[in-house]
Amino acid sequence: MQMIACVIAFCTVISLPYGSNGEIPQKPTGGVTILPPIKPDAGPQAFPDAEKANMPVFTMDYPRIQIPFEITLWVLLASFAKIGFHVYHKITVWVPESCLLITVGLIVGGIMHSVHEEPPAVLSSNVFFLYMLPPIMLDSGYFMPTRAFFENMGTVLWFAVVGTLWNSIGIGMSLFAICQIEAFGVQDINLQENLLFAAIISAVDPVAVLSVFEDVSVNEQLYIVAFGECLFNDAVTVVLYNMFNFVADMPVVEPVDVFLGVARFFVVGLGGMGFGLLFGFVASFTTRFTSNVRAIEPLFIFMYSYLAYLVAELFAISSIMAIVTCAITMKYYVEENVSQRSCTTIRHVIKMLGSISETLIFFFLGVVTVTTEHEWNWGYIMFTLLFAFLWRGLGVLVLTQIINPFRTIPFNLKDQFGLSYGGLRGAISFALAYTLPDNIGRRQLFITATICIIIFTVFIQGISIRPLIELINVRRTNRNLDTINVEVHCRVMEHTMAGLEDLCGQWSHYYWKDKFLKFNNRVLRKILIKDNRAESSIVALYKKLELQSALEILDTVTGDLSTSPSIVSLYEEKKGAASKPKKKFGRADLSNMHDLLSKNMYKIRQRTVAYTNKHTLPNDIQTKEILIRRHASIRRSLRPGSFQTEPIPKSQKYFSLPLGQNLDSYFPSKRRSHADDEETMSEMAYPSRRSRFGRPARSSSRAMVPLHRLGTLTEATSVDVVSEESGRGGPRVPPVPAPRRHSDNAAAEEEDAGDAERHARSPPLSPSWAPEPTEPQDNRTVRNPLLRRPQWNPKKQ
Amino acid sequence: MGSRASTLLREEEIEEIKKETGFSHSQITRLYSRFSSLDKGENGTLSREDFQRIPELAINPLGDRIINAFFPEGEDQVNFRGFMRTLAHFRPIEDNEKNKDHSASEPLNSRTNKLLFAFRLYDLDRDDKISRDELLQVLRMMVGVNISDEQLGSIADRTIQEADQNGDSAISFNEFIKVLEKVDVEQKMSIRFLH
Repeated sequence: MQMIACVIAFCTVISLPYGSNGEIPQKPTGGVTILPPIKPDAGPQAFPDAEKANMPVFTMDYPRIQIPFEITLWVLLASFAKIGFHVYHKITVWVPESCLLITVGLIVGGIMHSVHEEPPAVLSSNVFFLYMLPPIMLDSGYFMPTRAFFENMGTVLWFAVVGTLWNSIGIGMSLFAICQIEAFGVQDINLQENLLFAAIISAVDPVAVLSVFEDVSVNEQLYIVAFGECLFNDAVTVVLYNMFNFVADMPVVEPVDVFLGVARFFVVGLGGMGFGLLFGFVASFTTRFTSNVRAIEPLFIFMYSYLAYLVAELFAISSIMAIVTCAITMKYYVEENVSQRSCTTIRHVIKMLGSISETLIFFFLGVVTVTTEHEWNWGYIMFTLLFAFLWRGLGVLVLTQIINPFRTIPFNLKDQFGLSYGGLRGAISFALAYTLPDNIGRRQLFITATICIIIFTVFIQGISIRPLIELINVRRTNRNLDTINVEVHCRVMEHTMAGLEDLCGQWSHYYWKDKFLKFNNRVLRKILIKDNRAESSIVALYKKLELQSALEILDTVTGDLSTSPSIVSLYEEKKGAASKPKKKFGRADLSNMHDLLSKNMYKIRQRTVAYTNKHTLPNDIQTKEILIRRHASIRRSLRPGSFQTEPIPKSQKYFSLPLGQNLDSYFPSKRRSHADDEETMSEMAYPSRRSRFGRPARSSSRAMVPLHRLGTLTEATSVDVVSEESGRGGPRVPPVPAPRRHSDNAAAEEEDAGDAERHARSPPLSPSWAPEPTEPQDNRTVRNPLLRRPQWNPKKQ
Repeated sequence: MGSRASTLLREEEIEEIKKETGFSHSQITRLYSRFSSLDKGENGTLSREDFQRIPELAINPLGDRIINAFFPEGEDQVNFRGFMRTLAHFRPIEDNEKNKDHSASEPLNSRTNKLLFAFRLYDLDRDDKISRDELLQVLRMMVGVNISDEQLGSIADRTIQEADQNGDSAISFNEFIKVLEKVDVEQKMSIRFLH
């Protein structure tokens, strides 16, 4: 309901400027043939003649609802197109969505053209910049993986700013040189206009590229640089556009103007960031107090970010930078303050609005292509394509050479190829071209050229980039298909390395980063984040999360129930394992296994987890699965008396953790587990917990572990309930076989058990470690679950 | 953190660690400040909880095993020396080290030791063999919910079959080394530690 209201509100808001002007388009829908209000003399009347005195039983008042109605229909049509694409999955794999949208737009445009209708003139400058662009930018900013981004900030800014400048100036100059050639007949385009045009078409759009990069698992450095570049060069392009627009009017450009232009650039960029930060902080501060008005929490996010955008527009500074910075700043603090539901709502709505805007823009691109008058000039347009491609390639090459020494992981040639080939143009270019002021003489030519380059890059480069990247990759990686061993062990190693890097906190070596983090923890968090986060008790939250995850898994595996072996058969298999003759594996089996592994093994922890696909919400199923398993093993270990007779493996002792602490540490991190938060955040977030445990002396560490069952035993029953529920939720394998499995692994390490017993009986070191009354029930019960906590249930769900 | 690090870590200790692990002075100090920031109890040792507080490790499929690798047998705390000793496995092999093949004591970051680390991730009970169950455990950890246990069992069987040479249906360390002989372990299992 909220979302429908949002959409309707959005549409109404859009329609406001159209109250008085008569350019409202007609959609060739069936049944209604009322022409635009500016032609009042044509067409049937809306109302029946006033002569009749009778009460009209059935009336129709189209003009009244015309504007919202048509907007809604357009949005719906575009959305239907999107549904249509995903019906046949294979298409979306090979053809980026933007291509498909443009195609549908072309078709609709063709239809409209053939019935001589006008396309909707919604792409006025105001509508685009005030209504359609902000959601896209908010979407990009909000879902940006901040950690990876900040690590690569230098490179990103380098490519975005310098790269875009390089492209614009390069293309502009070359085109100006081309213009001088008489044969093409475009001599009337002066340098400023060329530069303006070049600025428009040098903006790279991430849509198609990033989804391809994601699917092909290109290395994350490349990914984040491509993404960041796209994000920021929008800002740069708009700045350049405005600048050149301004300059284009002037007959003579003096050096002073150039200098002022540069100064203005900095003002615009930094000012935008400043406003974004300001609004971000204010928004975070506001959400600190919204615990009683949960229903409107998401509203603040949207209003503040939109406000940032508008205020920046007011001062003619980069509104894109403002809204993006606002989103980045806000996200960090707000997601801690608001409730889980608000968090979800915010994400969903942002994604939705961003999706709608983008869809509409590409759609209109298609429609407009067919319905406007084009001015075609072979020479100009062909050279535009050539130069765009050329300068981008050159630019990436040169810039990478310069920046590589400063990077910890330099870009190799293949990365550079990916980066330059992935320079697709898209929505921004189109919008900017369309909103060129009329005093530019060759406006139509520019529009045509822009559309041409967009369609060329989106279709040809967009479709071919995937095979090309895969081709290059195949040559790069050493796909030794001979042994499964290599695949499995290498994956183990990769996960290990990822874990170790996190452990070492490799990224936090920058001095400023550390300083900022300390400042953040000491000052900002205290101001901007609510202190008490106990919105629900730990167990209730745990229950909720588990249920959610269990339900999701249920959704995904319902089809596979038939393939899961029954427990009995597995038992028998286990028993007979020793005596089973060695299985023979044919080549088909082998390649099946490779396929299976490559498709199902968890990806290495990607720092860009938050952004998986431009058109979908972040996918945290992998994270949830892993966390579910951990919780399941925690739960299982807590179940009193579950592993009475099992011997205790010494090496599995490492799971002995006080449950309360463990669970606590997982919940908030689970919500934020999109992995773009610094570990210090979670470390600092638990200052209260530390005081409970005091300073454990070294020798007593073992004692603490088994003793600290405390309140968790009382919770065990409810936790058990949870496990039952999620046990039902995961229909494939009940946890019953687990003890059997682990008994096989467990080497009897009595020594450890003995130690723990000794400590259990020794006087506790502090009150919190006193054994509970339930403790004497069975020392082994206490010891066993914690010590024996099975690491992973190999047959988990 | 910086000032604490330098006061609590004496020069002699740094020298000893340097000799034992091969890290440079600045690397050791940096890692010490990281150690201190993880050490919530401020008693100079890390426990498992300290490691588990790192959120990325929580969602790493092998998180618990990695943590476990830091703790020597039966211990629950690891001090800075132990921490560094474990991390030393992942120092990149430098060229001049590659040349000495059998010195008196093999450096911690030699290929064999790296492989031993990986081997120990599987082999929890330290019997120097990766049994089918241990393999299955690790496989299950790394794989999503869409693979049935039968399939996983087949994969495990195949893995053992490929590697097993002495017919005991388990992978010993030597067999493990043999199977990975073509893999660039030195590169895969190295972290470029920052100065």
